[in-house]
Amino acid sequence: MTEPLERRAIISGVGQSAIGRRLFRDDLDLTCEAALEAIADAGLKPDDIDGIAAYPGPVQGGPGFAGPGIYEVQDALGIDVHWHVSGLEGPAQISPIIHATLAVAAGLCRHALVYRTVTEASAAADTGRRGIGAGSAEIGGFGAFFIPFGAMSAANWLALYARRHMHEFGTKKEHLGIIATTARRHAAFNPKAVYREPMTMQEYLNVRMVTEPFGLYDCDAPVDGSTAVVVSSADVVRDLPHPAVRFNAVGTAMRKRPLWDQWEDITTMAARDAAAHMWSRTDLKPTDVDTAQLYDGFSFLTLAWIEALGFCKHGESGPFVENGRIALGGELPLNTWGGQLSGGRLHGFGFVAEAVRQLRGECGERQVPNCEVAVVGVGGGPVAGCLLLTR
Amino acid sequence: MTTFFRPIPALEPRTEAFWRACRAGRLEFTRCVPCHHLIHPSRPICPKCRGRNLDVATVSGRARLHSYTVNHQRWYPGQEVPYVIGLVELVEQPNLRLMTNIINCPIERVQIGMPLRVVFETVSDDVALPLFEPEEQP
Repeated sequence: MTEPLERRAIISGVGQSAIGRRLFRDDLDLTCEAALEAIADAGLKPDDIDGIAAYPGPVQGGPGFAGPGIYEVQDALGIDVHWHVSGLEGPAQISPIIHATLAVAAGLCRHALVYRTVTEASAAADTGRRGIGAGSAEIGGFGAFFIPFGAMSAANWLALYARRHMHEFGTKKEHLGIIATTARRHAAFNPKAVYREPMTMQEYLNVRMVTEPFGLYDCDAPVDGSTAVVVSSADVVRDLPHPAVRFNAVGTAMRKRPLWDQWEDITTMAARDAAAHMWSRTDLKPTDVDTAQLYDGFSFLTLAWIEALGFCKHGESGPFVENGRIALGGELPLNTWGGQLSGGRLHGFGFVAEAVRQLRGECGERQVPNCEVAVVGVGGGPVAGCLLLTR
Repeated sequence: MTTFFRPIPALEPRTEAFWRACRAGRLEFTRCVPCHHLIHPSRPICPKCRGRNLDVATVSGRARLHSYTVNHQRWYPGQEVPYVIGLVELVEQPNLRLMTNIINCPIERVQIGMPLRVVFETVSDDVALPLFEPEEQP
C-alpha cells in the first residue's frame, strides 16, 4: 500500500475557548480565543499560520449554528494564508481537518488553523430551541419533505433510525442510556464539561421524552464555544513543545443514497462507509484502538459508530456497551470528555480535542493509560467522516 | 390541524409536480420510461440506468410503516403534541420512502410493518401533504 498522504500531516496544537450554556459572547471573540490558544499550544506565533479552514462557513442555519467565516477570522487575526476553505458539504464537521491534512501534504500551506465555533445556547436563550423552519411560511430543498410533517429536527429523523435498530436487533432504551450515563460519569472529570452532576439510569429513563425513543438526555446540549486545532506538516515534529498527534488514516467514503429518508439501511449510517474506508488505509485494527471518541449528537449515533468501526458486529452494539466496557477503565473507553451529551455540543471538534489530549497524556483523572491509538468518528445519518490518530 | 402552523412545501421546479399532484388527490413520482424505476425526489436523470427519458407514474398510495417516532417536543410555541412521524415504504418499489405523519390511528397501535394508505391534507391552493392511515380501520 502506498503511504496514505494524510500521514504527512500532524495535529501540532489544540485550543478551546470558554465553553458554556449562556456566555453571550461574540462568536468571533470565542474563535480568536480558541485559535490563539491552539497556535501557542503548537509553539507557534499567529504569523506562522499560513492556512485557515472551518466548518461550515457562513451558511444559513439555526441561530448560533454557523460561527464566523474564515475571512472574518483571517482578518481579525491579521494573518496571511496560502490556503483556505470552508463548507457544509463533506465528510461531516471534521471535513476541514481532513482537507487540511491534504493541503499541508501537498505543500499548499505548512500550518493550517482549523476551527468550529457555535453559539447555539446564547442564540436560543430567549426562544428555546426551535425546530428547523419554525416561523417560516414555506420551506424548500430537502426540508420540504420533512419539515411540513413536523419532522423539524435531526432528533426526529434519527429517532426513526434508532427505532428501526431496536425493531430489528432488540436494542433497548437502556442501551442508549448507557451511552448517556457513561458520558455523564466521564464529564465529572472534565472541568469544561457543561453537565457534571452524576446521573443514574433511573434519572435518565424518567426524563421528559423529546421524540421516541429519544428523551432529553439522548440529545446533546447546545453550548457556546470554539475549538481550534493546528494541522501542520509532519516535518515540524521535532520543533513542537508537545508530542505530535499523527494522522494514521482518514475515512471519507459515502455509498448509496446520501439522503436522510432514502438511506437504504437505516440501522446503519454513512459511518459504515467512512469507517470501512479508513480501515482500508491502515494496517491498524479495531483491537489496536485505546480510546474512541464517537459522535453523540444523539445517543444512538454512538451505537451506530461502534458498529460501523467494527468494534462489534452490525446490530450488536447494545449488548456491547453493557458491563462497563465503554467506561474509563473498560475495554474501550468512549467519549472520555463527556461527549456532546454532557460536555456540550461543540459539533464534532470536541471529540478531536479530546483525542489529541488523550494521545498526549494530558487528561489527568480521565486519562486512558498508555493511550497510543484514538479513533474519532463524527456525523450522523447520511453524514460521516472519521480519523485514526496515533501518538 | 397543527400543520397550518408548520411551514408548507415551497413550489420549486423539481418538486412542484409532486405537490400539485397531491393537491389533486394523486401520489405521483417521476418514472424512468425504459427501466420503470421511480425516482424520488425527482431528478432529471434515472440514477439506475442514467436514462433521460422520464415520465410520471401514479402509484396506489399503499405503503408499509418502515419506522416511526412519537414526537413530544414542541418545535414552536403552541404546537400540538404528541404526533406520530412515520417513514413509510411504498409498495411499488423497495426503499421508495416518504417521511409523513401516521393519522387516524391510536398512538399505541402504531407498529412497524403495518399496512397503510395515503390520505391527502390540503394546506394551500396548490399543495396537499400525503399523510398515511392504517389500511384496515379498527
